Amino acid sequence: MTIWFDVCAVEDLQPNSGVCVLVQNQQIALFYLPATESVYAVHNFDPFGLANVLARGLIGDIGGQPMVASPLYKQHFHLTTGECFENSSVRIPAYPVRIDNARVSVGIPEPSV
Amino acid sequence: MKQTLVVIGNGMVGQHFLAGLAASTGKDQYDIVTFCEEPRPAYDRVHLSEFFSGKTAEDLSLIPEGFFADNGITLHLGDRAATIDREHKTVTSAKGVSIRYDKLVLATGSYPFVPPVPGHDRKNCLVYRTIEDLEAMTAAARTGKVGTVVGGGLLGLEAAKALKDLGLDTHVVEFAPRLMAVQIDEGGGAMLRRKIEALGVTVHTNKNTSQIIDGDTCVNKMCFADGEELETDVVLFSAGIRPRDDIAKGCGLDIGQRGGIVIDNHCKTSDPDIYAIGECALWNGMIFGLVAPGYAMARTVIADLNGSEALFTGADMSTKLKLMGVDVASIGDAHARTQGALIFTYQNGGSDVYKRLVVSEDKTRLLGAVLVGDANEYGTLLQYCQNGIALPEHPDSLILPRNAGEAVGLGPDALPASAQICSCYEVSKGAICSAIEAGCTTVNALKAETKAGTGCGGCVPLLKSVLNCELAKQGYEVNTDLCEHFAYTRQDLYNLIKVEGIKTFDALLAKHGRGLGCEICKPAVASILASHWNDYILKTEHVGLQDTNDTFLANMQKDGTYSVVPRIPGGEISPDMLIVLGQVGKKYNLYTKITGGQRVDLFGARLEELPAIWKELVDAGFESGHAYGKSLRTVKSCVGSTWCRYGVDDSVGLAIALENRYKGLRSPHKIKFAVSGCTRECAEAQGKDIGVIATENGWSLYVCGNGGMKPRHADLFATGLDKDTLIAYIDRVLIFYIRTADRLQRTSVWLENLAGGLDYLKAVVIDDKLGLCAELEQQMSHVIDTYQCEWKTTLEDADKLKRFRHFINSDQTDDNIVFVEERGQIRPANPEERRHFQLVEVA
Ligand code: SRM
Ligand SMILES: Cc1cc2nc3c(=O)[nH]c(=O)nc-3n(C[C@H](O)[C@H](O)[C@H](O)COP(=O)(O)OP(=O)(O)OC[C@H]3O[C@@H](n4cnc5c(N)ncnc54)[C@H](O)[C@@H]3O)c2cc1C
Ligand code: SF4
Ligand code: FES
Repeated sequence: MTIWFDVCAVEDLQPNSGVCVLVQNQQIALFYLPATESVYAVHNFDPFGLANVLARGLIGDIGGQPMVASPLYKQHFHLTTGECFENSSVRIPAYPVRIDNARVSVGIPEPSV
Repeated sequence: MKQTLVVIGNGMVGQHFLAGLAASTGKDQYDIVTFCEEPRPAYDRVHLSEFFSGKTAEDLSLIPEGFFADNGITLHLGDRAATIDREHKTVTSAKGVSIRYDKLVLATGSYPFVPPVPGHDRKNCLVYRTIEDLEAMTAAARTGKVGTVVGGGLLGLEAAKALKDLGLDTHVVEFAPRLMAVQIDEGGGAMLRRKIEALGVTVHTNKNTSQIIDGDTCVNKMCFADGEELETDVVLFSAGIRPRDDIAKGCGLDIGQRGGIVIDNHCKTSDPDIYAIGECALWNGMIFGLVAPGYAMARTVIADLNGSEALFTGADMSTKLKLMGVDVASIGDAHARTQGALIFTYQNGGSDVYKRLVVSEDKTRLLGAVLVGDANEYGTLLQYCQNGIALPEHPDSLILPRNAGEAVGLGPDALPASAQICSCYEVSKGAICSAIEAGCTTVNALKAETKAGTGCGGCVPLLKSVLNCELAKQGYEVNTDLCEHFAYTRQDLYNLIKVEGIKTFDALLAKHGRGLGCEICKPAVASILASHWNDYILKTEHVGLQDTNDTFLANMQKDGTYSVVPRIPGGEISPDMLIVLGQVGKKYNLYTKITGGQRVDLFGARLEELPAIWKELVDAGFESGHAYGKSLRTVKSCVGSTWCRYGVDDSVGLAIALENRYKGLRSPHKIKFAVSGCTRECAEAQGKDIGVIATENGWSLYVCGNGGMKPRHADLFATGLDKDTLIAYIDRVLIFYIRTADRLQRTSVWLENLAGGLDYLKAVVIDDKLGLCAELEQQMSHVIDTYQCEWKTTLEDADKLKRFRHFINSDQTDDNIVFVEERGQIRPANPEERRHFQLVEVA
């Protein structure tokens, strides 16, 4: 089950860039692409640089796939799957995002028992 | 049973021989013993002068780690072989070691000739051959003011450069009527002299030293046959070399009339069990004072010992060097001694270039050449000469200045497979092509595979063009697209933005690109937009293009915190301002360090603390230091004439003016400047993108140097400048760089890739060859007029400040940032400490 959390207003997002929100003690990076009206959510922790910085990375695409480049050592992560382009065995958590009435909510999987 | 092979002399050639033998099959047949008279094994004498630019004895060493032990070679270090007993086949050393040999190789090199004038052995009368000689020079220069080189040949001029670099007022005294009489002709010699004198070295030709006596104002006084005198503290003899044939003479081997151990085409001496190689050997009446022929001799002996046939048949004495920053090259029959030879000369007084071709009577073959001031054609001409390639109908087209659009020299494609590309390692074009076919697709891979280019380095440009040509032939497209989103180079994009007046990334992408962009094209385009329009970089349409450092106007550290670097123009700072830095550092508990760029860096600031920290700094009068940007960093200064007893001009004042002028300028890569108050060069200006040095005649401008991964010495661009001209030149050089460089290309690499090189840059900036100067200056004025301190602007914009929060929906801080204390300051905890130690939480 996915539980949805309201995190911020669309206008709190940074066009073509990222911000970080705190949800259930998790740091989640949100990226906003006005061109395609899309918002992506992945965990903020960079598994290579070992720091909470991904929200401050540059975004764009590789071969049409949306990605964020880590600001520390420039590894690329897929914005919907969380998979690392350079090393497919590394995957960061990615979350579904919903926009309703100009509010943004993020879906967090319910902890399995 | 193994035989014993003894090698006397572990110099450049002796070592080349050992390394070659160790890599060959013959190695197992011999127990190898070598005597090395010097206190250290072989080092790179060719690059000896780099000792003065900071290379250490270790850097110059030619010995791979563990070389002697790994190859079972016995090394007698600091022990001279004193005698050879050919009857009993033994070598005995000065320390009394006696070894029986089966085969003996003499690689004893040469010694500098010191003319036997009275007083030649006085204090501070030195030579230039070993590391010990250099140490003696450095010591002598420390207490002296004037230095004189006796001998204006190739080595003499290199020695003069060393004396100049040591801060001495330098003279060169030459017996002949011109400089480098062996390699170049009269016209070239005259041009070289003019250039060297312009650098502040006094040249005396036609001078015969009769004696050296006590000086009045200096340690020594040189007296010349024509009655003139010269006061000098240091005398450096560089009047030629003499082969070290004493030990060979002692055992009765054939010696040439004027010295040198006589060898045949197998490099054998008059005793068939004894070989001689390198500068001690006399072949066909010739001594070769260069390293490549010595290496060829070494290879001949290795082949002989391995039972294969190889002959030494002489060597080419063509050379290309940079003497005191002046390119000089000599090829083949430079003096036109061949019967009927025709001469073509090109001389350009304005830019001080001299070129001479020596062509066969029927104008079909190139026999020799001399190039001074511009040796770009060296590789091409050498190939014409060595491979007997037919000359074009008008041979002089090879040395006349080329105008845009005309064919450039001899393409690598025209070279036969047998053409030698690298003389140091005798690598042919054929061998390089095979390596390329086997998968070497970069210059570095080729170097590793074939060794080409790893000696003197002179062949690297040719190596690169052979590589590119072969890759193109094999169908590799040399892709110059910026990235998958733009099928253009940075230069193309610059021109599109300029010509079409494009002001945003989105507009450029819509018109000329595809996809969403990425971390390569976004910052590159942001940089071009900033260089050209100089908008505030955090404007909504630009902010998403910036690297994190530019986005937050600070440098991200390994743990996600930031460093804060306020500008300290020219490195000058008052005690009050220092106190502010101290107070801010203390208040926010920041780690504080003096940077390598003469300013103060405060580390460990959390994202959300940056605005408060910068507010205090801006209120106190500090500005952004742009340590985060590809932009002007620092203008380093020395204290200069204001305080220093040697200072010639106000280097601090100029450094501050320059830093304030160019601060905020965005460029393809970072730009660093320095200004020194005199030629002692305490600000290290010659290691910077833009370097300025004060002289009695005005400012000297150096361009395109850097430190970093691949240091490059800056090139002298112009001398005797007043401040206005200096600034005009810098404006033009920088904007021309910004317009034409590649992404993340420092000025050094840019210049090295600029067709036409330094001369072309001078033509554009000084002679206004492209008619661009006014436009370049105007663009710079625009940037200067629109400067703003990015931090000041940001602090005034509540909306922008919103981004400086770790969470947009919470005031909590990042709990992953943990500091520990070291030497009384904070630093990021390492993973181990996070687990085991008591952590100092910083609020
Ligand atoms: C802070 C400082 C080291 C120090 O504690 O002294 C430093 C720190 C960094 N240097 Fe540097 N460099 C610092 C002086 C130098 C110098 C010395 C100088 O400027 O005189 C050099 C060699 C000179 C030169 O650049 O020609 C230098 C050559 C480099 C290079 C290699 C550049 C090259 O062309 O090879 C890099 C890498 C790059 O830029 O791509 C680099 C990159 C960096 C970066 C930006 C690496 C990074 O991305 O994290 C470091 C971050 C700075 C920060 O967090 O504030 N740093 N760096 C120095 C800041 C000087 C200042 O006041 O702005
Ligand atoms: C400053 C400088 C710049 C140069 N620049 C260039 C250049 O740009 N290009 C170029 O091609 N060449 C250049 N050369 C010349 C080049 O260095 C020589 O050609 C090369 O070193 C010759 O090598 P070698 O082994 O014959 O002699 P060396 O390198 O002199 O080695 C001979 C060694 O043998 C030792 N030795 C002598 N007698 C004995 C003995 N009886 N027992 C034990 N050991 C003994 C000596 O101490 C010495 O270490 C330059 C030389 C100098 C000094
Ligand atoms: S470079 Fe500057 S500090 Fe050094 S000696 Fe000259 S004036 Fe003095
Ligand atoms: S010619 Fe010297 S390295 Fe190639």
